Amino acid sequence: MSVLQQEMRDNMSSVKTFKPKSEADLASMILGGDNFEIIGGGTRAIGKLDAPPRNLLDMTGVSGIIDYEPAEMVMIAKAGTPIADIEKALKKGGQRMVFEPLDYRPLLGTKGKPTIGGAIATNASGPRRFVAGACRDSFLGARFVNGKGDIIKAGGRVMKNVTGLDLIKLLAGSWGTIAPMSEVTFKVVPQVETEATLVLYGISDLDAAKAMASAMATPCEVTGAAHLPQNIAEQFKELDGKSATLLRLEGFEKSVNLRIEKLQAILSDYSEQHVLNDKQTKTVWTSLRDVTPFSDGTQDPVWKISVAPMAGHQLVAEFGPADAYYDWQGGLVWLRLDGDHHVHKVRAAVKKVGGGHATLVRASDEHRRSVSVFQPENPAVAEISKRIRKQFDPLGKFYTGRMG
Amino acid sequence: MTATEMTSETSSGIQMPKPDQAILARREEIVSALKAIVPGEGVVDNETEMRPFETDGFLAYRFMPLAVVLPETTEQIAQVLKYLAQEGVPVIPRGAGTSLSGGAIPQEDAVIVGLSRMIKILDTNYENRTLTVQAGATNLSISDAVASDGFFYAPDPSSQLACSIGGNIGMNSGGAHCLKYGVTTNNLLGVKMVLIDGTVVEIGGEHLDAPGLDLLGIICGSEGQLGIVTEATVRLIAKPAGARPVMFGFDTSEDAGACVADIIGTGIVPVAIEFMDKPAIDICEAFAKAGYPMDVNALLIVEVEGSDEEMDDMLARIVTIAKRHKVKVVKESQSATEAALIWKGRKSAFGATGRIADYICMDGTVPLGQLPHVLNETARIVESYGLRVANVFHAGDGNMHPLILYNINDPIEAQKAEDCGMDLLKLCVDAGGCLTGEHGVGIEKRDLMLYQYTQEDLDQQMAVRAAFDPEWILNPSKVFPFEARGNERPATGNA
Repeated sequence: MSVLQQEMRDNMSSVKTFKPKSEADLASMILGGDNFEIIGGGTRAIGKLDAPPRNLLDMTGVSGIIDYEPAEMVMIAKAGTPIADIEKALKKGGQRMVFEPLDYRPLLGTKGKPTIGGAIATNASGPRRFVAGACRDSFLGARFVNGKGDIIKAGGRVMKNVTGLDLIKLLAGSWGTIAPMSEVTFKVVPQVETEATLVLYGISDLDAAKAMASAMATPCEVTGAAHLPQNIAEQFKELDGKSATLLRLEGFEKSVNLRIEKLQAILSDYSEQHVLNDKQTKTVWTSLRDVTPFSDGTQDPVWKISVAPMAGHQLVAEFGPADAYYDWQGGLVWLRLDGDHHVHKVRAAVKKVGGGHATLVRASDEHRRSVSVFQPENPAVAEISKRIRKQFDPLGKFYTGRMG
Repeated sequence: MTATEMTSETSSGIQMPKPDQAILARREEIVSALKAIVPGEGVVDNETEMRPFETDGFLAYRFMPLAVVLPETTEQIAQVLKYLAQEGVPVIPRGAGTSLSGGAIPQEDAVIVGLSRMIKILDTNYENRTLTVQAGATNLSISDAVASDGFFYAPDPSSQLACSIGGNIGMNSGGAHCLKYGVTTNNLLGVKMVLIDGTVVEIGGEHLDAPGLDLLGIICGSEGQLGIVTEATVRLIAKPAGARPVMFGFDTSEDAGACVADIIGTGIVPVAIEFMDKPAIDICEAFAKAGYPMDVNALLIVEVEGSDEEMDDMLARIVTIAKRHKVKVVKESQSATEAALIWKGRKSAFGATGRIADYICMDGTVPLGQLPHVLNETARIVESYGLRVANVFHAGDGNMHPLILYNINDPIEAQKAEDCGMDLLKLCVDAGGCLTGEHGVGIEKRDLMLYQYTQEDLDQQMAVRAAFDPEWILNPSKVFPFEARGNERPATGNA
């Protein structure tokens, strides 16, 4: 930041909240203003905190479903549309978002309504991510306003589209640091007839990783593979108190039953097996998606760590007895720690088990001021990212410190 | 001969920049510098041996490159790029050269950097379901390597026997089965890539998602303009218990198109839904003897997967829907051999067409609800040019592939075919779709980009491109129309 910019910021008597009602509003606010922090429903309060006050660019006023044709498996909505509205419309059309957008409210204790723009900007994906893709894989097109105030269209509304650079991939997961989206288009899929979960009780983290890998090597089309060590499993009344390895199957009832039987036979080495019904399956997986096992009302650090599936249990072992559970076949670790002194240890552990990335999704404000919440990129990658950001926002109007 | 002269000789449609005479004059010096980096047979510089590199799968255009370099290591590619960037020599990355949009066609002042000597599989991990491979390996070699252990790599472009994984990443290739499994970008976990200044970066790995901006997502489908991918880590998937293609014959394309929309809308997502019209059926049957029904005007090949019971159940549901759309013939494959023949016919559609005529293959995608309208309009437009068309495409995701038949030796007809193709692509954009679903923009659709995008849209894309390659060294004549580039962007061509 230049000295001049710093002075301008210091001189600002107060920061304002801008709430555009339309894409045109948004473009003119960006043209006429500066120093914006882009927010949706404000439910994903994740990221580094730094000091300078910022204007809030609140996107919740740009809201509403624009087009939804179930037969085309596509929805177009304004970015500030609440997820709840979208889910309601999809339910009516017999469909759903395959990426299961996770809701951070229970974990972070935030209020407000999560928006589709927020889900996409944070690439918020749930348990199905490891087989059906991340939020970004369902994301087909967007309209956004860059830092110059230009209204840009990227991608489209069709499933297959390689026309030009795939700019929308940069928007997904950019946490609002490169441009606010005004409109998003995403793929939706048919609702399933039923779902069920095969539970393997009482096996170790290592054996669970192996069992999940075995299940994924079968044609049974598992759409959720998680492992809950005993201290986490105990929190679920649907489970019997022992460690629980969960394998979810979805589809037509007949097919799900056949595949459950097949999986039971293949995993017969694990003798304590149990099947959760449709309702129990929905409850348990929603809870795992939204990290409710760690929704304890505290600000104790919670890490979201992505590593190779077989590396997850190795990473957790670095912490001795830990509060952790696994999703994505073991490759997603949710880890709760006590105290603020673990950052280096977490980053070192990720490196030691073969690489990946760790995000400190929950921490006290004090902690968030002092550390990088997101995984620092290696210098060459960081340099490219820096140049890309500049191409979206040459004047630096959008707050990027969140990912700093 | 200058490029402009050559373009007017082959076809007048697509302009290429005039070659930089200063670079041409330094050819010997450049070649010997490249030979110092890649010794042995790694540099090809005589005209006869460079002939296969003049064009790719988009045969209507060809240019002799300055030289071809075929490195064996990432380090060699890094040195080559660093040198060529310093010298301001355009670089054309090339996988197997199967691009249907001219993505790998060189220009006379450019050096082709080919991946054909980097084909090793480096690591296979079934527990993590990942495989790491050098980027020159063919698409099919990945599935072949893991098939006996019950796995496969999902994206399956028709050219999968020949096309490279590096080329697939460049074009974000799809295939028949991506309705269920997604395209390359959905199955790619990591890359090792050389930037234009010779820096080697590793992005992604065996884990999921990016720690910061999703660079893997922007690299995939960037048509060799952001860097050269030298290694890739891809997702392996367990092979289904069984797969069964079933043929559904209809009297009209409208019925077939409506049936597709209904299948999808009902909540059934088969692994593939392929469409063929009467000319395509005739051509493919003559070639593959797959037993396609000959008394119908439109054919859907619907493939379902799973155990026998699951497939029976799924097929019963699909047959019920097809009956609502006046299906005339339903024909199940009775054996693995028959199933293979059905796919052989479909996958050799382009090759089989090539046996009876020259053709250009369009690749626009349209929303599913627009299929019947677009098919009708396609027929009308092609007829208005006095040409013939065969339609064979991925109906489940609206990815059209009209094959416009013409005689390449008749310059007037060739021009007509090219113009007709452009009209068909505009039709797709007008219907709410896009210019290209899986073949890429290359040079073929470059000049239509302003039909789909505004100048501001393209400015944003070009700005991101420049973040990787500020001097426009990499594949500079592709994707972005010269008229949209403005004066400040190099390599705009003085054509």
